[in-house]
Amino acid sequence: MSTQPSQFPAFSRLLHWTMAAMVLTMLCIGVAMVVSLGSYHVLVSIHRPLGIAILILVVVRFVNRLLNPPPPFPATMSRAERLVATASEFIMYGLMFVLPLVGWGMLSAARYPIVLFGSVHLPFILPQDVMLYSVLRTAHTMLAYFFFLTFIAHFGAILFHTLIVRDGILKRMAPWNIRPQEAASR
Amino acid sequence: MRPSNVLGTRAEVEAAQKPLDQASTLARLALIGVALAAVIGAFAYFGGWFTPNDLTPARFTDAFEYVDGVHSGFRRNHAKGVGVSGFFESNGNGARLSEAVVFRPGRVPVIGRFSLGGGQPYVADTPDAVRGLGLQFSLPDGELWRTAMVNLPVFPVRMPEAFYELLIASKPEPSTSKPDPAKINAFLARHPETVKALTVIKSQPVSSGFGNSTFHGLNAFRFINAAGDPIPVRWLMIPMQPFEAASTGSAPQGKNFLFDALIAAIQRQPLQWRLIVIIGKPGDPTNDASIAWPAGREQVDVGTLTLDRVESDETSAATDINFDPLVLPAGITPSDDPLLSARSAVYSQSFRRRAGEMKQPTAITPADVRKGD
Repeated sequence: MSTQPSQFPAFSRLLHWTMAAMVLTMLCIGVAMVVSLGSYHVLVSIHRPLGIAILILVVVRFVNRLLNPPPPFPATMSRAERLVATASEFIMYGLMFVLPLVGWGMLSAARYPIVLFGSVHLPFILPQDVMLYSVLRTAHTMLAYFFFLTFIAHFGAILFHTLIVRDGILKRMAPWNIRPQEAASR
Repeated sequence: MRPSNVLGTRAEVEAAQKPLDQASTLARLALIGVALAAVIGAFAYFGGWFTPNDLTPARFTDAFEYVDGVHSGFRRNHAKGVGVSGFFESNGNGARLSEAVVFRPGRVPVIGRFSLGGGQPYVADTPDAVRGLGLQFSLPDGELWRTAMVNLPVFPVRMPEAFYELLIASKPEPSTSKPDPAKINAFLARHPETVKALTVIKSQPVSSGFGNSTFHGLNAFRFINAAGDPIPVRWLMIPMQPFEAASTGSAPQGKNFLFDALIAAIQRQPLQWRLIVIIGKPGDPTNDASIAWPAGREQVDVGTLTLDRVESDETSAATDINFDPLVLPAGITPSDDPLLSARSAVYSQSFRRRAGEMKQPTAITPADVRKGD
């Protein structure tokens, strides 16, 4: 029996669950604010700083990912499944980076202030250009829907492995620590 | 080679658990389906998919297009206008009311836009058309303050939904090119607050042009002072150009007479307004733009707006600005007025639509502005 860890390091798991909550909140705020009149301002005022927080955290997370490789996949996963799982992991890192950046860029092109709190705001990163705003604004929505689909695929795959294959894959990312013997004996 | 894993090899996993029978496999698959459907359903719920009749920024903007048509590249409301620029000179009187940097003594650059209400970019000027003034103050710390004001002392409605209804009811009939009086009267019967507001609006004499119009911020806001206390306020711009009543004669006037006069005046000498902040008392409604606060509220003159340059929408930097009334610096916050968030949402939708459209020549061309020189 190998002594390889069966779980992601605690810091990786903390980042995963924190960002999962942030991203799901962001996706829901995003679709809600564009159809809202009364709550629009409150939702936008949360959406912008929360997006920037995700942008910062995903950089931390990516560096952490390089420093702390994940534990091995369960033996139940085929080579193809592992490839898909790893690819979707990196797609999600990419989306967590690109979505806020497109948001920042589009607001810059439209000269909408990106207020974090009080008088603290971000600089504009693109020249003022309404056509560029329009393109980025559409890209922002498309990427967000793609992110939601990626999340659904991820969630569905975890449920399938947990409930049907029953290989204990969720334990790799469980928020609590699982002792190896416990993991092995299910 | 497969890495060995404390989660167990495939054989170990299979040995450790009984195979699922068909019924429990189906039950578990159903559970997965329910979980996924719940997440997708929640997302769709937040996105308004289950409430298609709710009033949204998109439906609101559709209503402007329904009334005035789609004019590629133009604002869905206040489509006709000209850009202006100049500066705001704060006298420091506002600093005790708000910690916003704009109220410290000193000068900040301003760009703005005079406009006429409605979504028709080539409409002929009339004295009683709603006159708008959008302003953007660029604060030295990089913050922006935008305000979109009109020459009405109060807003005709209190709620966004009522504004939507009024908008639809006021679509001109093709036969008369005027709104159907029956529809307007039906609206007024349901909205006594509009009847009252219109009385106030009609009691105010209309001035001869943009330069001697008073512009009202309409909605209440809250100033936050250095101690962190919120102070309910409204603001208005009072012209330093003398009042002159709009001519009531039937002498024919040019299609752009309001804008032509503005261009000529600003090129003669800069136009100035005093920014007046009205301080509300406890109990003054901050959530109702359709009624003015009682007379006698403290008014503070916080500085002077000077506009010394005018430009066509085709060249002005103001054209690409969304004068969203909730672009506010630290020290100014929204009140509980439900119109504010709705304005922000609908302006944003209008901006998004026009941003992606082909731009067309404007009613007031760069040549018209040069002609005034």
